[in-house]
Amino acid sequence: MVEKNGTEKEQDFNNPDNEVTSDHIIERFNGDISADTRDGYQGYIVSPDRFHEVAKVFRDELGYDYLSSVTGVDYIDDDHIEVVYHADKIVGGEGINFKVQVNRENPVVPTLVPIYPGADFQEREVFDMYGVHFEGHPNLRRILMWDGFDGYPLRKDWKEAYYEEDVKPFDTRWPGGQVKRSEADSPYGKNVSYPPDFDIDNWSPETDDSLYESLQKTDPKGKSLQTDSIVVNIGPQHPSTHGVFRMVVALDGETITDLQPVMGYLHRNHEKIGERNTFLQNMPYTDRLDYLASMGNNFGYALAVEKLMGVEVPERAQYIRVLMAELTRIANHMWAIGFLLNDLGAFQTPALYAIRARELILDVFEATAGSRMMCNYMRFGGLARDFPSQMRGEDTIKFIDDLVNNRLPQAIDELDHFLTENEIVRSRCIGVGVLSAEKAIAYSTAGPLLRASGVSYDLRRVDSYGIYDRFDFQIPTRSNGDVYDRYLIRVDEMRESAKICQQVMRDIPSEGEIFTGKPQYNFRVPAGESYGRVENPKGELGYYVVSNGKANPYRYHVRAPSFVNLTVLGELCKGHKVADAVVILGSIDIVLGEVDR
Amino acid sequence: MYGIGIIKGMGVTIKHLIDSFVDDMRFLGRRYYSDESLNIRQGTEGRGVFTVQYPDEKLPVPEQFRFIPFLLYETDDDGNKTDRCTSCGICAKVCPPQCIWIERSSDPETGRPIPAPTNFFIDIDICMNCGYCAEYCPFDAIKMDHDYELASYDRTEAHIFDKERLDKPVEYYASIRPNDYLVEENARAEEAAKKAAKKEAAAAKKAAKLAAKQASEQAAAD
Repeated sequence: MVEKNGTEKEQDFNNPDNEVTSDHIIERFNGDISADTRDGYQGYIVSPDRFHEVAKVFRDELGYDYLSSVTGVDYIDDDHIEVVYHADKIVGGEGINFKVQVNRENPVVPTLVPIYPGADFQEREVFDMYGVHFEGHPNLRRILMWDGFDGYPLRKDWKEAYYEEDVKPFDTRWPGGQVKRSEADSPYGKNVSYPPDFDIDNWSPETDDSLYESLQKTDPKGKSLQTDSIVVNIGPQHPSTHGVFRMVVALDGETITDLQPVMGYLHRNHEKIGERNTFLQNMPYTDRLDYLASMGNNFGYALAVEKLMGVEVPERAQYIRVLMAELTRIANHMWAIGFLLNDLGAFQTPALYAIRARELILDVFEATAGSRMMCNYMRFGGLARDFPSQMRGEDTIKFIDDLVNNRLPQAIDELDHFLTENEIVRSRCIGVGVLSAEKAIAYSTAGPLLRASGVSYDLRRVDSYGIYDRFDFQIPTRSNGDVYDRYLIRVDEMRESAKICQQVMRDIPSEGEIFTGKPQYNFRVPAGESYGRVENPKGELGYYVVSNGKANPYRYHVRAPSFVNLTVLGELCKGHKVADAVVILGSIDIVLGEVDR
Repeated sequence: MYGIGIIKGMGVTIKHLIDSFVDDMRFLGRRYYSDESLNIRQGTEGRGVFTVQYPDEKLPVPEQFRFIPFLLYETDDDGNKTDRCTSCGICAKVCPPQCIWIERSSDPETGRPIPAPTNFFIDIDICMNCGYCAEYCPFDAIKMDHDYELASYDRTEAHIFDKERLDKPVEYYASIRPNDYLVEENARAEEAAKKAAKKEAAAAKKAAKLAAKQASEQAAAD
């Protein structure tokens, strides 16, 4: 199906008579769309009045069928909020970004959910964080904050609890240096604001009525057994949800009729913290997003800021970056597979075999970056440090060589041998949670989830970054889009990653700089916007960074693959049994640090 | 036939089990609780058990491992301690979670700042172990520690480390990070040599100037 679509589009592009360029679009929507001419900005500004039409043209005529990111920026000085969309062509080629500007008092933007269903959760997030009302959105509720929350946390005039100053470094730290525990400020004191009619003493947690009402239930009438639907909460404290994550499930017997994910229990306003930080200070914070893949998180953020700064990365550092990113992918997929089996009921044994291989990778991270999981290894223009000469009593290069040539491929083969043909795994996974290619694209899913559905879309190829174009590797795809294929695709990807690592170790220059220029802690970044993204183990990890020429980012947004992939969870689970919902969630592979931010 | 896959998979498990006993024989007595045991168990030769029996045995941390910063002081021959810290405040400025508080010293008479800290606090509950303070300190005065066993019964005041708690001798640093220490000492020696050479050159120039002046005066007198 996808191939057919793809060829159709290719024909379109090859036929110059049919070609619609963005210039034509500007002409056609005279006055309602214009190029973004601000310094350092790209893309188009669309007026909200004809936004729907324009988006449809972008999708159907220009071929931007994959909406990757939706976010907002509060330009408080210009008194408007800007909603920023990034869209791509699934067949490859350059992406596009378009923006809608609305006033801060009453921001209303038409929803894009009917055109790009993947906008669902992301629009809810913009509503939650900026108060932008998306007209026509089917379920516009807060997503990360609780329903009764006062204010919009990412607006520039909103201040968090324990607020000190707008930007770091804070003046109280030096030279005065009078230490104070911020916890000593009572959370009920002046630091927290509540809605005007809010009474803390008589407050009880929200009843979730609106959430339960929004679930689709079966009608008991007309069925042989007149049974009622029942609503069950799985989580937030449940071992199979991989963290504090809640699935509200409407059941007919044991069959799921609807499922709504509820998240935000781990929300810490990562993006606001990012705007208080300097550019450099954000680097260790990115480790805490998808904490199973911190090297990948570092990589994406470094790319976004390097784009703005225009710095080059030395050759050796490029190789090490790729090596680290691919090792991260293997470590992450090992973990994902191990815990998928845990969710299937094979407690611990497969997980521990998988973790065993991951341990060796973490040893490399620890010896090189100084930490097993919170690596904080990349800098703008290179890396923090080179490989150590020795690790675990061996020459480091020898250790890594052995790891990528022998131990990891062996571990992958063993895992494959151990699980792939297991009849219980097959009967639990095959045909469960099927995601069609069209749906996968429409719902903006990314990473293994997308590729298991037969869509060959990998940023390492379609928007090659770093030095990935130098390596010989395949983008594996599978065609069924069920849980079993999502397991298989991870095994395939690990093999390809091992192949890339082997090439890195073969080609890496034995000596050379790992950082351009002199390491600096205090620098300014030229004004403008940039969207840096990498193919993280879980999918497209994008950083939308806006700089206004100062030392702190004006806007710092993370397009988290786990979060966007969850948009399709409800669709995937419908019609399956409760136990399958757990497996489907496991096969999406989420990390709550990234979902909730 | 149904079940072949399961049996194949169980084969992997049984292999792991048998390997553990085979390894016990192969590395008789050396596989547990000896200095080389972990390298054997987790090394390329090890096939069986992989687990570290913490806290009975501990994985040695690599040199770059970072956990909670500490301050370095040097001890001279008389036993006087001098902090390397000049309270320039770079670590406090670069610190992402802002967990460093530095009180700069000032001269009690003139009120002018002295390059030494009166006090230095790190709230280790806030510290995220990123290592920026050590990375950007121009004086090698703050470094990341290896001691990760910091559990205590009080998480409030006991977790705010003051200067006394943070201070550790340079020798300790040299013992946990010997390679870094060597590189830094060499760089310092080089810097010092450069400075000395510059000073010498300046002195020589001055002397030459003086000599030339004297010579010209002499000539004038003659």
